[in-house]
Amino acid sequence: MALLDVCGISDWVKEDTFSSQKASVDRVNHFNFAAREPELAVPIGVDPADFLKPFTDCEDGVEGVTIKLEHGTTTLAFKFQHGVMVAVDSRASSGSYVSTQMFKKVIEINPYLLGTMSGSAADCVYWERLLAKECRIYKLRNKERISVSAASKLLANMVANYRGMGLSMGTMICGWDKKGPGLYYVDDNGLRLSGNMFSTGSGSSYAYGVMDSGYRYDLTVPEAYDLAQRAIFHATHRDAYSGGTVNMYHMQETGWIKVSQEDVGELYHRFAAEKK
Amino acid sequence: MMISAQAYGGNGKVKEYHYTGPVEHKFSPYAFNGGTVLAVAGEDFALVASDTRLSEGYSIHSRDSPKCYKLTDTTVIGCSGFHGDCLTLTKIIEARLKMYKHSNNKSMTSGAIAAMLSTILYGRRFFPYYVYNIIGGLDEEGRGAVYSFDPVGSYQRDTYKAGGSASAMLQPLLDNQIGFKNMENVEQLPLSQEKAVQLVKDVFISAAERDVYTGDALKICIITKEGVREEIVPLRKD
Repeated sequence: MALLDVCGISDWVKEDTFSSQKASVDRVNHFNFAAREPELAVPIGVDPADFLKPFTDCEDGVEGVTIKLEHGTTTLAFKFQHGVMVAVDSRASSGSYVSTQMFKKVIEINPYLLGTMSGSAADCVYWERLLAKECRIYKLRNKERISVSAASKLLANMVANYRGMGLSMGTMICGWDKKGPGLYYVDDNGLRLSGNMFSTGSGSSYAYGVMDSGYRYDLTVPEAYDLAQRAIFHATHRDAYSGGTVNMYHMQETGWIKVSQEDVGELYHRFAAEKK
Repeated sequence: MMISAQAYGGNGKVKEYHYTGPVEHKFSPYAFNGGTVLAVAGEDFALVASDTRLSEGYSIHSRDSPKCYKLTDTTVIGCSGFHGDCLTLTKIIEARLKMYKHSNNKSMTSGAIAAMLSTILYGRRFFPYYVYNIIGGLDEEGRGAVYSFDPVGSYQRDTYKAGGSASAMLQPLLDNQIGFKNMENVEQLPLSQEKAVQLVKDVFISAAERDVYTGDALKICIITKEGVREEIVPLRKD
């Protein structure tokens, strides 16, 4: 029953931890189709990461089968005196093919929490949607919004259960709670770090270079917008797997606002004109 | 005399056609059955088109195996990749649609079907359905919607998308003709239904020329508020 689930009574009885015996069942129960409980099927008797390797990594694959999953990105976030800046690119690639230039890499969990995505698109979207659900349930049960620290911890613990199985996810959870602005980096190994500045993805080194050279805690808001935009732009310029548009969000005390969404091509002409 | 560079190795990926030593063969749970799917969303219509060729390796299994499946009066899904997984996946989607209809007393909307498909696909993250899906339909306001997926459930709403074996050939053509990408000083006219259908036919004719897995016939499902209409157009059979 929905009310029973929300109250969390079934949580006390349900086993949350990863159990290797249960994990060897590879058939999703076709009688309930995973409609009530989310189920993840695992192939019997093989290490899941090794099982997928010949199909995803190999150029020819096995008899022409190549399962190409969407990947690659640059994302960044930094704290400064007026809150947290979040900027991402928008390219999703499958192998060397660009699947889309308009992928949304920032998930709006609630008006005070944002999550970024880098690595495998499906992994990030799924786990952050699950995180959004858990945050909502927390708010209903405790009558107050979840803290950024708790939200990032929930996500880190969820993916730590699947450590070593080939998940690829590097995300930053940004928000504003009672303690002020919060920024945490969470990745697929269960690593969770709090910090003032992070950048993830294939283009992160380029973004770090630009961010580090211009960052100060006491940036003004327009300066912070400009720094974040430049950092992603330069990363898209040099990294083949990043591109599309630069999406920027600003996390303030009153919640996040979407600052801008600009095509990298237009930015190039704007910055080139400035140089002259 | 020109010597082919291919025979001289390269990056270590030269295929040896006359290798006669022992080779280990493992059972592969997947096969590649080819096929191309395409979906376009307009102001008040959506199109989902697919070719009807089912191939495996160097053979053609069938010339009449379309890859569009009608889900509701406002939604059609196109699935290409491994035919076995396409069939099972559509069976599971249809069962979930019925369950939803019985418990909620209404049909699922396109957006809801897309979100549900994403979780169904992710449920097999560690043993994926080898299917490239594209959903085309009308959203709650009657506007055309296209949702494209990767094999493990990552999805986005688009205006147009090509998937399957000839996707890399078709997508740039659509970017140019429908998206007007990177073109300056062009008048961006909205796409009418007649123009869209003609464009899809032309685009598949080109795909059949250059992709061996695409051909035989083209099936277009046109989704409007009146329902789903089908058109079949013959393509090259070679």
